Amino acid sequence: MSGTRYNYGTAMLAAFEYLLENYPEVFVIGQGLWSPWYVGNSMTDLDKKFGAHRVIDTPVSESACTGAAVGAALAGMKPIVVHPRMDFMLYAMDAVVNQAAKWSHMVGGQAGPGLTIRTIINRGGEQGAQHSQALHAWFAHVPGLRVVMPATVADARDLLIASVLCPDPVIFIDDRWLYDLEDDLPPVVERSLDSARPQCLRSGADLTLVASGYSTRLALEAAALLQQQGISAEVIDLRVLNPFYPDSLVISVTKTGRLLVLDGGWSPCGMAGEVIASVVERIAPDTLKKSPARVTLPFSPAPTSRVLEKAYYPSVAMVVSQAGKLMDKVC
Amino acid sequence: MNDWSLGHLADPAQNQQPIDIAGQDVAALLTQLQMMLRIRLAERCLADGKRDRLIGGPVHLGVGQEAVAVGVAAELRKTDRVFGGHRSHSHVLSMGSSLHRLFAEILGKDTGLSRGMGGSMHLWDQPNGFYGAVPIVSGTVPLAVGAALAAKMQGGGDVGVAYLGDGAVEEGVVHESLNLARMLKAPAIFVVENNLFASHMHISLRQPKESTARFAAANDIPYEIVDGNDVVKVRAAAARLIERARAGHGPGFLEAVTYRWYGHVDWREDIDVGVNRSAEEVGVWRKRDPIARLVAGLQALGLIDADHLAAMETKIAEEVAEAWKLAQSDAYPPLSALTSRVFAGAGVTQ
Repeated sequence: MSGTRYNYGTAMLAAFEYLLENYPEVFVIGQGLWSPWYVGNSMTDLDKKFGAHRVIDTPVSESACTGAAVGAALAGMKPIVVHPRMDFMLYAMDAVVNQAAKWSHMVGGQAGPGLTIRTIINRGGEQGAQHSQALHAWFAHVPGLRVVMPATVADARDLLIASVLCPDPVIFIDDRWLYDLEDDLPPVVERSLDSARPQCLRSGADLTLVASGYSTRLALEAAALLQQQGISAEVIDLRVLNPFYPDSLVISVTKTGRLLVLDGGWSPCGMAGEVIASVVERIAPDTLKKSPARVTLPFSPAPTSRVLEKAYYPSVAMVVSQAGKLMDKVC
Repeated sequence: MNDWSLGHLADPAQNQQPIDIAGQDVAALLTQLQMMLRIRLAERCLADGKRDRLIGGPVHLGVGQEAVAVGVAAELRKTDRVFGGHRSHSHVLSMGSSLHRLFAEILGKDTGLSRGMGGSMHLWDQPNGFYGAVPIVSGTVPLAVGAALAAKMQGGGDVGVAYLGDGAVEEGVVHESLNLARMLKAPAIFVVENNLFASHMHISLRQPKESTARFAAANDIPYEIVDGNDVVKVRAAAARLIERARAGHGPGFLEAVTYRWYGHVDWREDIDVGVNRSAEEVGVWRKRDPIARLVAGLQALGLIDADHLAAMETKIAEEVAEAWKLAQSDAYPPLSALTSRVFAGAGVTQ
């Protein structure tokens, strides 16, 4: 592909610049926005370029800042809230779950807060239980929240733009373990978030790997290794977890007969389980050659000690091994 | 007020005198009297409707507190952004909302303010400046700050208003919101209706001091503390704070001391369950009636006579009865409303 070279972080930076340049009602609010410490290369110098009145670094007040963005959205602005670590965003759950998510429904669809809450999964580095969580499934459980997880450089830019232009509250979850991905992107074309459906990133015939966010990268790396062993894996990136459209997953699994779901969260009541259930309830039982499986985190908080941390996060080797089991092979 | 006691403002035996209306615009006072009567009769109608089981959901009534919303709203315009809480009938009606649509909402009808999706606790009338009320205590306080921040960015001189109670200041987000509003110089007006009770608990059992304005002082926000049952004093204090906010000088905090005659929810007086809430005390507070005191003030100067007042009351009572009857005959929302209003964006099917 020809175009401009971006990485996952600078692709988001390009999205912020596009939005701030073209939409005067867009502003950004959150902690760390005037510092290079918090958001990597995804927001560098936005405050200098667009002014501290539109790129607002705030007091240590996740709850009020998120609530304020909801109110500003109801008053016609298009705010982007930034929570550099998802764990701290839990202070804002009333604004997210009780207010933003419910508003349209409880006022009869006459108004709704079109705001985007960008939050970052920022795990590893021995940071432990309160700097590592991936709670996308929580948000996807709530009616009224759109939940977006970009796994590619193109989606990091284009889905951020689509999220901010969407009239609904959007939880946009990016992942620090993807910031080194690079790609060439064409100029921006605005697209509706409604058009962002699950996307097949690699075609295959033997099994279907479904993932989102960083797990999609694991799936692609695993699929490449599986190919060397003669196993053809199809990789589907969910991109948007709510609303969730399983149709293309059903088509894929109908073709392959095998489903392995990767998710960076916990298993119980999680996204992997939702994917498996949504596929299984839509296909004939004899379509499946093997029972579906999932690769998720151990059901425990993130550890700090490096030995435990290494074992905690799913690796490409774990995905390959699990895929092999579905193929009755040792991989 | 350095000890943050409310002093005579919290003593129902005081401040029972007629309201001093010297120098006031009489036409405006009569309009405010009408609005207070309208709110009171509407809430009386709702109390009866709840007692008679015509209303399903909870109704939190503010009879006795009418002067706060009416005094503040006298200084507001339709482009301002007002947010409320669980006890917000007065807030929405004071902005000029339709009685019929309020009643229809409380009865769950499609013609209601929130198209029947909200009931008494989720009221919305944005075209009239009422951006929304929700029952999570303090839930809309940061929203009002954000709507005020938006007003500042949009440059029209509008303000955001957060109505909250003395219980809400016990929530952490209120303190974050005060600090944020001050640091962003958002034109946010925090109106605390301090009615001395949160649900069943008297403020003395919940906070070490009676006046919630101490939190405004802590956040370097100008504040006013007034008799919330004196519409003239409420309006004057609101005017000072709102004018300052419109001029770009940041937030203001109005503490209006008042009292609700009904209990926390529905039509009962909650004498038996109220901690520090006796029938005797409620009786004394009724003598600090914001409506009767305004009438007395007007009568003292010969500005309203018994016939005029009776005619006004009759007309409003007829309006209330008519709106209630109409709302009862309205249709409920279609079943498709269960899922069709979750997202504002088109094209979403689940």
